[in-house]
Amino acid sequence: MSLDEFRAEVRDWLEVNCPASMRTPMASFDEACWGGRHFEFASDDQRLWLERAGEKGYTVPTWPKEYGGGGLSKDEAKILAEEMKRINARPPLVSFGIWMLGPALLKFGSHEQKLEHIPKIARGDIRWCQGYSEPGAGSDLASLRTKAEDKGDHWLVNGQKVWTSYADKSDWIFCLVRTEPDAPKHEGISFLLFDMESAGVSTKPIKLISGYSPFCETFFDDVTVPKGQLVGERGKGWTIAKYLLTHERKMIGDIGAPTPLSQLAREKLGTEGGQLEDAMLRSEIARHEIDAAAFMFTVQRATDEAKAGASLGAFSSALKYVGTELNKDRHEKLLKIHGSEAFEWEGQFSRDGAVAKDWLRTKANSIEGGTSEVQLNIISKRILELPDR
Amino acid sequence: MSLTLNEELQLLKESADGFFAEKSPVSDLRDLRDREDEVGYRADLWQDMAEMGFVGILLPEEAGGADFGYVGAGLVAEAMGRQLTASPFLAHSVVAASLLKALGDEDRLGALAAGDELYTVAIDEGPRFDLAGTKMTATQAGGGYTLSGLKTFVPDGHVADHILVVARTSGTAGETDGLSVFQVDKGAKGLIADRTIMADSRNWAKLSFNATPATLVGTLDGAYSAVERATDLANTVIAAELLGIAEECLTRTTDYLKERQQFGVTIGTFQALQHRASHLFCEIALTRSAVLKALQTADEGGPVGWFAALAKARAIKSAELATNEAIQMHGGIGMTDEYDIGFYIKRARPLAHLYGDYNVQADRFAALSGY
Ligand SMILES: Cc1cc2nc3c(=O)[nH]c(=O)nc-3n(C[C@H](O)[C@H](O)[C@H](O)COP(=O)(O)OP(=O)(O)OC[C@H]3O[C@@H](n4cnc5c(N)ncnc54)[C@H](O)[C@@H]3O)c2cc1C
Repeated sequence: MSLDEFRAEVRDWLEVNCPASMRTPMASFDEACWGGRHFEFASDDQRLWLERAGEKGYTVPTWPKEYGGGGLSKDEAKILAEEMKRINARPPLVSFGIWMLGPALLKFGSHEQKLEHIPKIARGDIRWCQGYSEPGAGSDLASLRTKAEDKGDHWLVNGQKVWTSYADKSDWIFCLVRTEPDAPKHEGISFLLFDMESAGVSTKPIKLISGYSPFCETFFDDVTVPKGQLVGERGKGWTIAKYLLTHERKMIGDIGAPTPLSQLAREKLGTEGGQLEDAMLRSEIARHEIDAAAFMFTVQRATDEAKAGASLGAFSSALKYVGTELNKDRHEKLLKIHGSEAFEWEGQFSRDGAVAKDWLRTKANSIEGGTSEVQLNIISKRILELPDR
Repeated sequence: MSLTLNEELQLLKESADGFFAEKSPVSDLRDLRDREDEVGYRADLWQDMAEMGFVGILLPEEAGGADFGYVGAGLVAEAMGRQLTASPFLAHSVVAASLLKALGDEDRLGALAAGDELYTVAIDEGPRFDLAGTKMTATQAGGGYTLSGLKTFVPDGHVADHILVVARTSGTAGETDGLSVFQVDKGAKGLIADRTIMADSRNWAKLSFNATPATLVGTLDGAYSAVERATDLANTVIAAELLGIAEECLTRTTDYLKERQQFGVTIGTFQALQHRASHLFCEIALTRSAVLKALQTADEGGPVGWFAALAKARAIKSAELATNEAIQMHGGIGMTDEYDIGFYIKRARPLAHLYGDYNVQADRFAALSGY
């Protein structure tokens, strides 16, 4: 099938299968479909859209068909994305399974593990959370201490994770554990998958400055995990952990194409002779939008280069660093557009403080998935090859 | 369109990088400056550039050009930015070529491609780029025109054989209507070309005209959009030169960070410096994408203003940061004339002003974005 034929087919398929109410922009990611055993669909349309897209593999267009993916080439996937964008289709599913675990499993998992887990990610049956950070292991992730002891036919897991996003809403966790207590810190780590309903797992939500409570402390108290649920080689989990992080960073950094600040400013403040009246604000917005546009073309360039065979590698750190710092800046500018009204925290007028709360939430962007400083360390070492002490 | 270089352009890039690194290292510019060379560039290098196809890079093959388009011209400019190559390339091969094409003038393209006679373009009349504000008037005299007044900041103005001058044939300063382009030849009556030695030790000139005979190029009164298009297109290539400057500063600086020892360690181990260098790397990476996008858009032939303003603004910002950081991270040696890094900052700033500095670009970007 030629690409043009493919486009026509995708268009027809979307026309028939994407419900009208799923062709409207989402106000925030909270309106997205996250899937999982306990997910409460906001509407029948949302459920239908997930089921139809999941069956076709269009939730994960480029993953192999064999594991429930769409089996599309990168060119075809680009066409699907363009066609979805054309009709404003929402993503049928968003999840840590899609962004993080899936790519790592496809690369490092056994055939059985892929057969077991990938289709459930693709269909949105299982929602995953990420068990990396611990109270004593943040930027210095490799110093983690949660341990998994070899008990012959199973692993016995004990320890604590923290900042586990959506742990209380997730079905399974991909977790970094120490299996080799005596090995050097990067070499004794393994990558383990287990069910959050296993006996001994408990979670406790943590509230953020934004008032949202998206993450938890997660405790493991004598959790039994079958041997077959360790991914890759025992003690070699650090390689997988890092590979997964490059995907996470690309995702966090990719701010997509949000509504331009200038449009929001025009709507809120109006224009005079085609220009925003407040010259200082206009100039601040222009500065921001120049950088944002250049960033957008940089994401596109990185994608095109990857398509041409180059590996993204440490450049994902550059995208994460710039994308998140820009997003923070964008929300600072939004405050200026809204003036003192930006800080209303409750009530209908402010949609319960959406502007203020979203602004505060962005402060985490340059922390989660590795801080900005850590990204700059990675760029120094891996791209600029500056010496270590 | 993919934001990457195809194989042909990749080869052009490699040959341009190699050519300028070998034929015109920064020491050449230093030499031209120290000898107070009157021509301000090396004629033999220009000859070699013509043979490489660089001189006629934007021109069609029928006219004797290499027809590599703006992406190609950008790659050459970037390579020249790295070496700070002194050359009439920008004035002749980019600005004049873009203007004559935008005016629909076919007659001069062959001469442009050959490069034996140099062309340049004269627009500015004061310290800021302001095309609509053009005041110089052309007076009808006999069958032709004469020009009187002053043009400044004309690249290669004192060595050019032919100057394309923007002047008013109707309306008043501030109006976009009423501008026309004229050709004035070297040695014309009443033309005084004064070389202006500037910080970058390159070729700039003030030109004064006194009832100087001039020939109309293109149509009368309606040249604004053609000149604007030419300066937009030129800005995409200027952005590429600034990108080359920024890149080279980053490379030289990281090299120095790996070599200089203080406190018993190489200074590149200091995280404060690592982070600044890494931040600079990211800034330049963004600029590279914006510049490539603008150059590709220029080649597609449609409206290019928004992309040119974006690329030029980004390139100015990155070059400013890169040249400042380069000096700071070199310490005292970065301030010495003997060391080359200072040549980069002295080129980056005046170049940024050619056809509009950061604020001009940001203003245009906002206006074209509808605010
Ligand atoms: C909203 C949110 C969601 C998250 N979700 C998850 C999740 O789902 N799963 C998960 O495992 N984790 C998650 N995290 C945790 C996140 O990955 C960590 O917070 C992050 O890695 C930083 O670790 P830390 O908080 O311990 O800070 P620290 O490492 O203590 O850092 C404190 C400060 O020191 C700086 N610093 C530390 N080391 C260096 C260094 N070497 N050089 C220079 N500066 C340094 C940091 O940049 C930072 O500014 C989430 C965090 C947030 C905020």
